[in-house]
Amino acid sequence: MQMTSDNENWEPKIIAFCCNWCSYSGADLAGTNRLSYPANVKIIRVPCSCRINPMFILRAFQRGADGVILCGCHPGDCHYMTGNYHTRRRMTLLFSMLDFLGIEKERTRVEWVSAAEGQRFVDVMNDFVGQITELGPSRRLEDLRCRTN
Amino acid sequence: MQKIGVFVCHCGTNIAATVDVEAVAEAARHVPGVVYATDYTYMCSQSGQDLIKDAVKKYGLTGVVVCSCSPRMHEKTFRKAVNSIGMNPYMLEIANIREQCSWVHKDKEVGTEKAISLMKAAVAKVELDAPLTAGETPVVKRALVIGGGIAGMQTALDIADAGYDVDIVEKNPTIGGKMAQLDKTFPTLDCSSCIVTPKMVDVGQNDKIHIYSYSEVTDVKGFVGNFKVTIKRKARYVDETKCTGCGLCTEKCPMKKAPNEFNLGLNNRTAIYIPFAQAVPKVATIDPNYCLMLNKGVCGLCSKVCDAHAINYKDTDKEIEVEYGAIVAATGYEIMDVSKYDEYAYAQSPDVVTSLEYERLMNAAGPTGGELLRPSDHKRPKTIVFVQCVGSRECDSTRGGKPYCSKICCMYTAKHAMLTKDHYPDTDIYVFYIDVRTPGKNFDEFYRRAVEQYGVHYIKGAVGKVTPENGKLIVQASDLLMNEQLTINADMVVLAAAIEPSHSARHLATLLTASMDTNDWFTEAHPKLRPVESPTAGVFLSGVCQGPKDIPETVAQAGAAASKVIGLLSKDKLAGNPCVAHSDEMMCTGCSQCADVCPYGAITYVDKEFRMPDRTTKVRRVAEVNPAVCQGCGACTVTCPSGAMDLNGFSNSEIMAEVDALCR
Repeated sequence: MQMTSDNENWEPKIIAFCCNWCSYSGADLAGTNRLSYPANVKIIRVPCSCRINPMFILRAFQRGADGVILCGCHPGDCHYMTGNYHTRRRMTLLFSMLDFLGIEKERTRVEWVSAAEGQRFVDVMNDFVGQITELGPSRRLEDLRCRTN
Repeated sequence: MQKIGVFVCHCGTNIAATVDVEAVAEAARHVPGVVYATDYTYMCSQSGQDLIKDAVKKYGLTGVVVCSCSPRMHEKTFRKAVNSIGMNPYMLEIANIREQCSWVHKDKEVGTEKAISLMKAAVAKVELDAPLTAGETPVVKRALVIGGGIAGMQTALDIADAGYDVDIVEKNPTIGGKMAQLDKTFPTLDCSSCIVTPKMVDVGQNDKIHIYSYSEVTDVKGFVGNFKVTIKRKARYVDETKCTGCGLCTEKCPMKKAPNEFNLGLNNRTAIYIPFAQAVPKVATIDPNYCLMLNKGVCGLCSKVCDAHAINYKDTDKEIEVEYGAIVAATGYEIMDVSKYDEYAYAQSPDVVTSLEYERLMNAAGPTGGELLRPSDHKRPKTIVFVQCVGSRECDSTRGGKPYCSKICCMYTAKHAMLTKDHYPDTDIYVFYIDVRTPGKNFDEFYRRAVEQYGVHYIKGAVGKVTPENGKLIVQASDLLMNEQLTINADMVVLAAAIEPSHSARHLATLLTASMDTNDWFTEAHPKLRPVESPTAGVFLSGVCQGPKDIPETVAQAGAAASKVIGLLSKDKLAGNPCVAHSDEMMCTGCSQCADVCPYGAITYVDKEFRMPDRTTKVRRVAEVNPAVCQGCGACTVTCPSGAMDLNGFSNSEIMAEVDALCR
């Protein structure tokens, strides 16, 4: 079902890459505290935010995602000591090039969410989903062969 | 093509209330590769696990997806279950449809749709999963305890009891910690040093325990079972092996103006000092900030009187590296600095003291010899006001306030009030509180005794201002229950200052890659089920460094941490984490970018011979990952320009497959 912007029922598709040690636990904590956020957010667990290859993000956009968010430990708190610093640098570079590919860079974001910040996870997700909903569907990078209808 | 089984858990109604579990199982049956799908009330129960095992055998499953709670909760449980019937545990994946689906969404249709999507992503990952086998690493049979307070001592004693070597690193010249500074303990009112000093002696005399006092941990490398720790032994200017602790040097030292830390600066000590009579190790230390010889090059009296020739003015900081199998953090707490709380006039009047200072003023070994005297004029106070929750339970952090309850203050204040009344029955005592919190064995009885038997005035309300005036302290306060304003002419004010984590704890947590909460308390691996382990394997938590605790709780946690350490050290070998990086040598160009980003130094380069298509051989430099050192962060996989580096368990193709499935 490929939705278009004309369709009133359009809901954004959002992929959230979460680091296993902080943000994934933060998302679990949001669940334990029954703090709700939109169901459009689907989480992929990675060992560290530095595991997220820019290719994964481009692939998500290619396959029809409307927004991709990366969550990791706060700077200085990386379980692997320096992983999130790599993420910060890599993503700054990637995001600065997204506009050239025709993707609004507002469709991506890096956020730091610790394992203790269930509420922050929810706030970040609510905010991000709101931002993507405002931007509307992303179609620029979509591979037409990936369409299912 | 894998033969995959999908098992959907109801978790009672935790999942089933918001997710149509049958619909998820039905949807799974139509996913290519899935040969069997079912749902069950509690997958983690024995019968649930049996159901998975039976299905694996019956349908010849090669991969399993369990749609249930967070993998942080039960991934291990299910992996162990399938492993017991011969399936590789890494062929099982969890779809988190509880914490990240049913608990956060309310609409059943939306929840079901998301659960199906998460299930499909997990199936897509299992489809590409490969069996992984963990390597084995030997365990160094020695433990490190950081902090020599009651928590660290108890942990070390328990570990030593089991027959393993333990080292204690203590930053102060003696072990003993805060408990050695206390006068009496609640609720039994028994003498604190009478319990703690024999423990210190036990530690000092134990063959299995080595104390590095006046030392700090400066670097931690390695991983569970094989930590390499650098310990800085601060220059003591006294040879520990020669000093007999006779104390002659401290008597002769002419520099008597150094503040005495043990008495919280309420009196002074000499520049060469032994912190207190029962110190372990009982060795003198020269304070380099005050010693005349070290600062001005004149004096040298201590060296002259020392028969053991232990004084060495040329001593320097030394660093040693020791290997450990396990590390226990027992860094304890500090008393918060309350000088920012202007209304209590702590900085203005010496008669406004913190509770720990009051403790020293009551103590027979304290600055007043146990006689309660005001620090300003050495007169006995007749009216004392205790203020509770100074800095605790305060959401405004601009003055360093803490959002948490410091837990021990209600009880020690009742103790202080009773002890004061015991010694000086004519003293008037007022306690201002927000709530009195006394959960604990014999705690409430203790507090009621203070009120009913001793006639301590407990007033629910806040102190607004303390004004020093003509040698008195004018305390203005409100009584919330009577709804009136009070003015009390007090002689002393005692502030129950909040406790906060040791100031070195955050730096240590960074060294250990252990996590901390927003208040800088160490985080436990699981708040209920793994309370003494940090999320970092091989690092354990003992005592107040994990959160406010009283002494019995600290000792209990110390013993629990020790038992976890013993469990770890009793193994000869540890199964490593098989989710490590590996390099495809055919693709690797030997550019060494991966080694640059590896935080563990797990990547090295080797020259390898390759056979070329024209039958010649060529030597190329390629990356090689040491699986015992790699921790599996994946930094190298992204940095690799040729795509040679990949991560087991979280491979490029697996994550891509998940992305594809979730975007579908």
